[in-house]
Amino acid sequence: MPDAPYYPMHREARCPFAPAPEIAAMPPVGQVRIWDGSTPWFVTRHADQRALLNDPRLSIDEKLPGYPHMTRARAAMAPHIPSLITNTDPPEHTRLRRTVNAPFMVKRVEALRPRIQRIFDGLVDDMLAGDNPADLVEKIGLPVPTLVITQILGVPYADHAFFQAASRRAISHDTDPDDAAQAGKGLGEYLGGLLAAKIEQPADDVLSEMGARVTAGEMTFAEAVTMGSAILIAGHETSASMISLGTLALLRNPDELRKLRENSDDPKFVANAAEELLRYLTIVHSGIRRIAVEDIELHGTTIKAGDGVIFDLAGANYDPAEFAEPDRLDLSRPARQHHAFGYGSHQCLGQSLARVELQVIYGTLYRRIPTLALAVPFEEVEFAMEGVAYGLTSLPVTW
Amino acid sequence: MRVEFDEPKCVAAGQCAMIAPAVFDQRDEDGVAIVLDATPPEEEHDAVREAAAVCPAAAIRLAGE
Ligand code: HEM
Ligand code: SF4
Repeated sequence: MPDAPYYPMHREARCPFAPAPEIAAMPPVGQVRIWDGSTPWFVTRHADQRALLNDPRLSIDEKLPGYPHMTRARAAMAPHIPSLITNTDPPEHTRLRRTVNAPFMVKRVEALRPRIQRIFDGLVDDMLAGDNPADLVEKIGLPVPTLVITQILGVPYADHAFFQAASRRAISHDTDPDDAAQAGKGLGEYLGGLLAAKIEQPADDVLSEMGARVTAGEMTFAEAVTMGSAILIAGHETSASMISLGTLALLRNPDELRKLRENSDDPKFVANAAEELLRYLTIVHSGIRRIAVEDIELHGTTIKAGDGVIFDLAGANYDPAEFAEPDRLDLSRPARQHHAFGYGSHQCLGQSLARVELQVIYGTLYRRIPTLALAVPFEEVEFAMEGVAYGLTSLPVTW
Repeated sequence: MRVEFDEPKCVAAGQCAMIAPAVFDQRDEDGVAIVLDATPPEEEHDAVREAAAVCPAAAIRLAGE
């Protein structure tokens, strides 16, 4: 397959929210070339992703030869990562996931809603009292999810500069393997110190909960540390992207923004708006990755045991067979069946938390600051494309 | 409508509890779904159908549909 396009692909600068145009043009079972020169299968249709992401003939075991790793750094680290929810298949995955699920279930995160609202309101007060224009990423986007996840985990917010920098270095496509490993190690040592302290003196937080499982022999210390890092990394960057990119997308679609503002006291409308923004933005843009452990027949093509498979989530979320006029942001369309959180047993652990955060923010930000506008021309807004999820480097706004 | 729940598959993503809270809850200790009402009344049917459709683990089946 010499002419397989390189993946991840670049979006068009003119229309940065839509997936790269090549993705829609791909056949249902295509092939792409990735960083190591290999050419994994590439599945873009919504229906095919639904069928395959629960298929036991596909595995997420990143230690298997041929696994289509996201980056050189991830490939180098894979053999050293203990068994976790992110690299095991059911039934082991199911068992492990049940040990970390509790804090992220719907009723526990719903109970946090007032606290999240207070955190958010305080940050908006501060922004309004400060300089105008301001950077929305710095004032709201990054601090909201970071404050929330640090409180849930039991990590001091004061250390955020350290762990934000370390997690960015650990997951970027641009980082070399040694540097990424070192960043991951630094984060691990930091969380290991905290976990040891929580085992001594438990508090009401997730690290303490995992500490209790370590003491009870349900989890090893190393597993708890790696899981804690994964939650910390996955828990702030993604929601931060959704807040700033969502705001930018709404500012580009003033009619939809007006509808959202007018319906912001209708929790159903706001909840659906959050789902549609998740679909429209599909921030995880480097594909979720699996490896076939048995031959799979799909649309006349045989995916052989040992072949890598990449599922492009934006492909499914912009599949016209599932979402009519996918390029249009339509906050009232039924959108819950999107794949922005993935699909299958690995579907995002933090999705209910992310939903509450996004509902709080989308439901109140534009009502509290009705004159919110871009402080620079749209063309000058800087996108951050190199991570597992895309986002904005900064979003200068005025009001 | 009868709700059939394949518990071993459930990954506790909680979509069902969010969409049809009158019919699904989550177990306190591990978030695994609990069916509160296996034969839900008419007015819940749409929500239950949606929950079954979005369940990422395909753990909810509807009989008598
Ligand atoms: C809008 C925000 C978010 C998006 C778009 C997102 C997206 C995703 C996606 C696509 C996956 C599937 C990966 C795969 O199947 O290979 C995933 C898994 C995961 N996410 Fe999120 N995520 C978000 C927020 C969060 C938050 C707030 C947390 C914090 C707890 C989190 C923790 C995780 C974990 C631990 C997994 C692995 C689950 C497993 O493998 O069983 N995510 N996320
Ligand atoms: S939606 Fe499916 S996987 Fe999620 S809690 Fe309900 S039954 Fe379990």
